[in-house]
Amino acid sequence: MKIEIDDKLITYLEDLSGLALIDDEKTRLKGDLKDVLGHMASLSELNTEGVPERSHPFDNVNAFREDSAEPSFDRELILKNAPNRNDEMIIAPKTLYDGE
Amino acid sequence: MFELSALELSALICEKKMSVTEAVRAYIDVIKKSDNVYNAFVAISEEKALAVAADVQKRIDAGEKLSPLAGVPIALKDNISTLGIPTTCSSKMLSGYTPVYSATVVDRLEQAGLIVLGKLNMDEFGMGGSSETGFSGTVKNPWDVSRVAGGSSGGCAAAVAGGEIPLTLGSDTGGSIRQPCSFCGTTGIKPTYGAVSRYGLIAYASSMDQIGPIGRDVDDCAALLSVISGFDRKDSTCVIKKPFDFRSASSGDLSGVKIGLPRNYLEDGIDSSVKNAILTAAKEFEDSGAVVEEFEMPLTSYMIAAYYIIACAEASSNLSRYDGLKYGYRNPDAKSLADVYKLSRSEGFGLEVKRRIMLGSFVLSSGYYDAYYKKALKARALIKDAYNKLFELYDMVLSPIAPTTAYKLGENINDPMKMYLGDIYSVSVNLAGLPAVALPCGFDESGLPIGFQLVGDAFSENKLVDTARVYQHRTDFHKRKPPQIAF
Repeated sequence: MKIEIDDKLITYLEDLSGLALIDDEKTRLKGDLKDVLGHMASLSELNTEGVPERSHPFDNVNAFREDSAEPSFDRELILKNAPNRNDEMIIAPKTLYDGE
Repeated sequence: MFELSALELSALICEKKMSVTEAVRAYIDVIKKSDNVYNAFVAISEEKALAVAADVQKRIDAGEKLSPLAGVPIALKDNISTLGIPTTCSSKMLSGYTPVYSATVVDRLEQAGLIVLGKLNMDEFGMGGSSETGFSGTVKNPWDVSRVAGGSSGGCAAAVAGGEIPLTLGSDTGGSIRQPCSFCGTTGIKPTYGAVSRYGLIAYASSMDQIGPIGRDVDDCAALLSVISGFDRKDSTCVIKKPFDFRSASSGDLSGVKIGLPRNYLEDGIDSSVKNAILTAAKEFEDSGAVVEEFEMPLTSYMIAAYYIIACAEASSNLSRYDGLKYGYRNPDAKSLADVYKLSRSEGFGLEVKRRIMLGSFVLSSGYYDAYYKKALKARALIKDAYNKLFELYDMVLSPIAPTTAYKLGENINDPMKMYLGDIYSVSVNLAGLPAVALPCGFDESGLPIGFQLVGDAFSENKLVDTARVYQHRTDFHKRKPPQIAF
């Protein structure tokens, strides 16, 4: 599969990845993605007809445990890690603005 | 005491010939003296270690039966969560982050009486093969400080090779325990997927990540694997019923053991010194009574592609949790929620992490998902089937870990494809979830260590450890030390 690694694709991938690259990174990653995706495209030569997809090394079965109450983590310890907080909550920017 | 293995040190402590505090203080002094050169440690938890040492001493004095590693100082790769000790994955994104719980393996170390002295440097979030991509700086190889220690558990291997610590825990997603062992002349075990709990291991690629020991010899590593392995209700993929028991003594004879040697691994792209060391190791196994038979490893040209597609896909998903809000780095000027996400992540992650997130987003994106991600999962099924067939013929596979010895600092860092191709012999083991033991087996013309791996069928760790013990009883590569090391 031939892939054009252009500015449009890089911008699309930045959006999907939650990233905003600087120009130098964009230039470097454009070249790197071309090399790496070019190598990855070699998989298209492999005959996988009828082969099931394997997302895990083993066929896991669900593991159940007793539905019993246990102590939670200490809230203050968790909040200590937040870059911006008040007494009992993490502070995040507004997600809705007037008129929206 | 620095000459002693971890098991010997513990025996000395339990015989009351040395106190736990003496052992801990002595190793902390060594770390403080030498780590400005190797940069293997990102944090030393001296105060906590001394407090735990005093507690362990009390338990030993009270006659409590701890473990064959009681009193031994240990250090952990910095992606293993430690309650009250910062855990950063060598990333700016996690600077200032202190876990509110410990990984299951850390709880088990404490129960067994080992003392955590600190956290070890690594490639950022485990993404790299040279321990050069981390925010905490480059790890130097004690055999030649102008060269890399390997990665991503480079801090573990360098700290052991440099005599700073007798035993460590690393993690292996595509070779990250085995390759630094090969570069630094240390011994390591990558356990079967599901043998050791991943609870508290900060995720890179969850279907392949596995915690394992790096130490000076296989006896120490096996004893540590016994401590950390076993079922854990907090990790539903940890399927092993009970911990490994490696106490039975090896017979010293490998009669009846059949070892496969992949001929095509030794043909193109491998240094002649590495190839010769592998062939010499194969001869050593034959001399021990094993049958070594060459075979053609199938699917080798697809392994790197399948691994990096799956690993990057899982990484892009796993690392989406870093949002600049709950913990870690947050851009101080971002006003909107979208800007907090984008700016914090862009400034918090290094280039290699961003590269892999972008690759992961690509292979999972609409239009490319089938051709890349789904195709890689099918290739993974074929690779797993190929190993299943191999283990009908052989007890284990002997192979190189890396095509070269440790390269110069900075030599490959700007060529990601070259770095990825260096994982050619290691990644299929993770795709198939198999166990492997990494052992030193020689030196190149520059005096740099060479290692090999024995890969076994799922949960065949006992067989691998027995075979590795025979090898290390017959050779002394694991006992050699870098020239400047005094221990």
